[in-house]
Amino acid sequence: MSTPVLSVKNLTTSFRVDGQWKSVVRDISFDVGAGETVAIVGESGSGKSVTSLSIMRLLAANSSRIDGKIFLNGRDLVALSEKEMRSVRGNEMAMIFQEPMTSLNPIFTIGRQISEVLTRHKGMTAAEARDETIRLLEKVRIPNAKGRFDEYPHQFSGGMRQRVMIAMALASKPKLLIADEPTTALDVTIQGQILDLIKVLQEEEGMSVLFITHDMGVVAEISDRTIVMFRGEAVETGKTDDIFHRGQHAYTRALLSAVPKLGSMEGRKLPLRFPIVDVKTGISTEPSEEKDTVSKKGPILEVKNLVTRFAIRSGLFSRQTGAIHAVENVSFDLREGETLSLVGESGCGKSTTGRSIMRLIEPTSGQIQLDGYNVRDLRGSDLRRMRKSIQMIFQDPFSSLNPRMTVGAAVAEPFIKHQMGSKRQAQEKAADLLERVGLSSAMMNRYPHEFSGGQRQRIAIARALSLDPKVIVADESVSALDVSIKAQVCNLLLDLQESLNLAFLFISHDMAVVERVSHRVAVMYLGEIVEIGPRASVFENPQHPYTKKLMAAVPVPDPARRGIRRGISNDELKSPVRPNGYQPPQREYREVSSGHFVQVA
Amino acid sequence: MTAIEQTSPVVAEKREGNRAWRKLKASRSATAGLIIIGFFAILAICAPILPIPDPVATSWSAIRKAPSAAHWLGTDDLGRDILSRMVWGARASLMAGIFSVTLAVVIGVPFGILAGYFGGWVDLVISRITEALLAMPFLIMAIALAAFLGPSLTNAMISIGLTAMPIFVRLTRGQVLAVKQEDFVEGARSVGLGHVDIMSRYILPNVTAPIIVQATLTVATAIIAEASLSFLGLGQQPPAASWGSMLNVAKNFLSQAPWMAMWPGAAIFLVVIGFNLLGDGLRDALDPREH
Repeated sequence: MSTPVLSVKNLTTSFRVDGQWKSVVRDISFDVGAGETVAIVGESGSGKSVTSLSIMRLLAANSSRIDGKIFLNGRDLVALSEKEMRSVRGNEMAMIFQEPMTSLNPIFTIGRQISEVLTRHKGMTAAEARDETIRLLEKVRIPNAKGRFDEYPHQFSGGMRQRVMIAMALASKPKLLIADEPTTALDVTIQGQILDLIKVLQEEEGMSVLFITHDMGVVAEISDRTIVMFRGEAVETGKTDDIFHRGQHAYTRALLSAVPKLGSMEGRKLPLRFPIVDVKTGISTEPSEEKDTVSKKGPILEVKNLVTRFAIRSGLFSRQTGAIHAVENVSFDLREGETLSLVGESGCGKSTTGRSIMRLIEPTSGQIQLDGYNVRDLRGSDLRRMRKSIQMIFQDPFSSLNPRMTVGAAVAEPFIKHQMGSKRQAQEKAADLLERVGLSSAMMNRYPHEFSGGQRQRIAIARALSLDPKVIVADESVSALDVSIKAQVCNLLLDLQESLNLAFLFISHDMAVVERVSHRVAVMYLGEIVEIGPRASVFENPQHPYTKKLMAAVPVPDPARRGIRRGISNDELKSPVRPNGYQPPQREYREVSSGHFVQVA
Repeated sequence: MTAIEQTSPVVAEKREGNRAWRKLKASRSATAGLIIIGFFAILAICAPILPIPDPVATSWSAIRKAPSAAHWLGTDDLGRDILSRMVWGARASLMAGIFSVTLAVVIGVPFGILAGYFGGWVDLVISRITEALLAMPFLIMAIALAAFLGPSLTNAMISIGLTAMPIFVRLTRGQVLAVKQEDFVEGARSVGLGHVDIMSRYILPNVTAPIIVQATLTVATAIIAEASLSFLGLGQQPPAASWGSMLNVAKNFLSQAPWMAMWPGAAIFLVVIGFNLLGDGLRDALDPREH
């Protein structure tokens, strides 16, 4: 290999915590060659982002310390002054971040923000910078770049903003692009577009890319070489193909086996637990065959023609000018012991469906029969009683528990409020539930902040179970968790389904997890179910174009299956905003196979 | 886990004492604040039994005397002992500060929670009234109310409290709007809790920190407002002392008798700092997320 563009030697980064230096990245060395893509992969707290921030020297100088050497084109960045670094950043190397919604300044037009980089770093005149900016926006495939030059960030979607960020990063023709989880906040079809774009731009510009991610699928898709980080150390470095197929380190193997792979369930009818691999030994325990938990009785939850719309009001007298048709004519049923997944991308109405069923949001029309209740007719205390039958687990374990309430009180509270027993019984129940979700009952007096994300999600599950519900709405409940934790929580949900005969309405955007845990799947698009059926049938024989598109966009954690070029499209997700008086078209469904329906018109 | 542990009955870990109180004691600034406020509070409480001269006894022979062995802090324009007046004045000032802010919090916070939690027309009515009240200058509003209620220290405190109330309505409402978005509030609804439970157990505990900080700041404002009302004859009635009224008299003699202004000024300054330090410490101590 010729001289590497970036060469990191024995990098150790420490932070000062309470007067003591604590190293979060220890003794890491790697090179990024010309035109090469190197991925750093790891779970939260592995030090991958700190590594990238160390390279950019973006850590606060007074509370952090960088030891070792970082050569960019042969120059040691650690030795440079802050002033010299400023000419390196955004010039020789550029960075794109995770959150496209907040990384652009909302009060300047995007054209101005990009041309500013050009006038400052490249000494261009305003007119030259304008032309160059338009060229860059075209390069990142923003349609009608000239017309959008004077638009503000809020007029762009998340995917388009990430394109703008990339255009800005490319403005100074950097040798190295550092991408820190650039697609994590994006929907899967948009993620595919951005990954393709980065790959194509890299070839066109001859850049090197250092790609930070937690997603093994993305790694397999994009990187030539991969560094696996675990608790601040690089446990394994090698060709991406070798890492995936001949991983040496136990942690690498543990991480890979926890990653759900789309298509790994072929030939199976029932959900399957994730294999759990010991991080130290790398020995994996294969999951046993599942029992069929689905009840033969009638459905516990029946939803018919559910419609939820939100009025859009504007003008002086808040006249209704339109409506968001968040859920449009959705019907399905759910049996005890069954998992029905609602999948789709952001804005497709999957969460609104879950919330409408629980009446956390008022549906506009439709019928909901739940465990003998006619949900839409309930008022006041009846409504509260109904909620004993259906419970919800939220996405973000950091905001779903009251920080001022001990976990014991949080788990016992619903039981006490519904007068299901004495305080003492509630305590015992709470202790029992905590044990049941894999925590110790001795932790009852602790506050939520003393737990990790995965543990908090277990507490949230325990709380949801305290009313002995029959249906659980799991709204992206494992999406925010690290892969290994995600696997454990999914297994816990399957265990609970088996022992308590729970019905899950599993709302998720993650096709690979959905494939693993569901009995049936409903694909939602613009508020409607476009395809619904048994999981095996929908995944092995998708019929609707949107289902196909969704499946094709999921990055598969297998480098051998890469290179199915999707062609750089820049379709955006459509919005379900409709004008006043809009009549939704009558939909018809065709039965593909037993129980598998697809929308045809 | 061993079999013994599994079969052992439910024994929760011991609650870690009173966590907030321990954290408050560990905070140096909170301790300093507590000491300052405690010092003045003890002075105020012990005023009748301290060996000090009568605070209202005038002396024609000792007008505007600088601090000396006889009068440690000097005397005022009517020859009254300033130390004695300071001690008795602490009662009026501290009471005015604490009582009026308590009134403002007790009325303002519930309205703020109602407005933020329910939104819609409840919010509309409460917020518009709050804004109308806030549009009037603080002191003018307090003067108008005090004049309406009649001149006395109690009425001054009530009018200051009512005037300060809209600040708490608005602050609380804003905090509630933010907390209301959190998943745990929706979670509370989804387990079937009623509005009162959600407001008292999920919303209120999560909005107290900024309210406490604002309250300590407002105590300072209230002490100064009481001074102004006393000056206009609407607060503490002469000859009884309050720091504010002492300060207002003293401003006529700044060049001849600077000590007349210095002591009450310093006392107000110290008490205000004391409340601010305590407020900061409380904010940290009350938050279980911060260690």
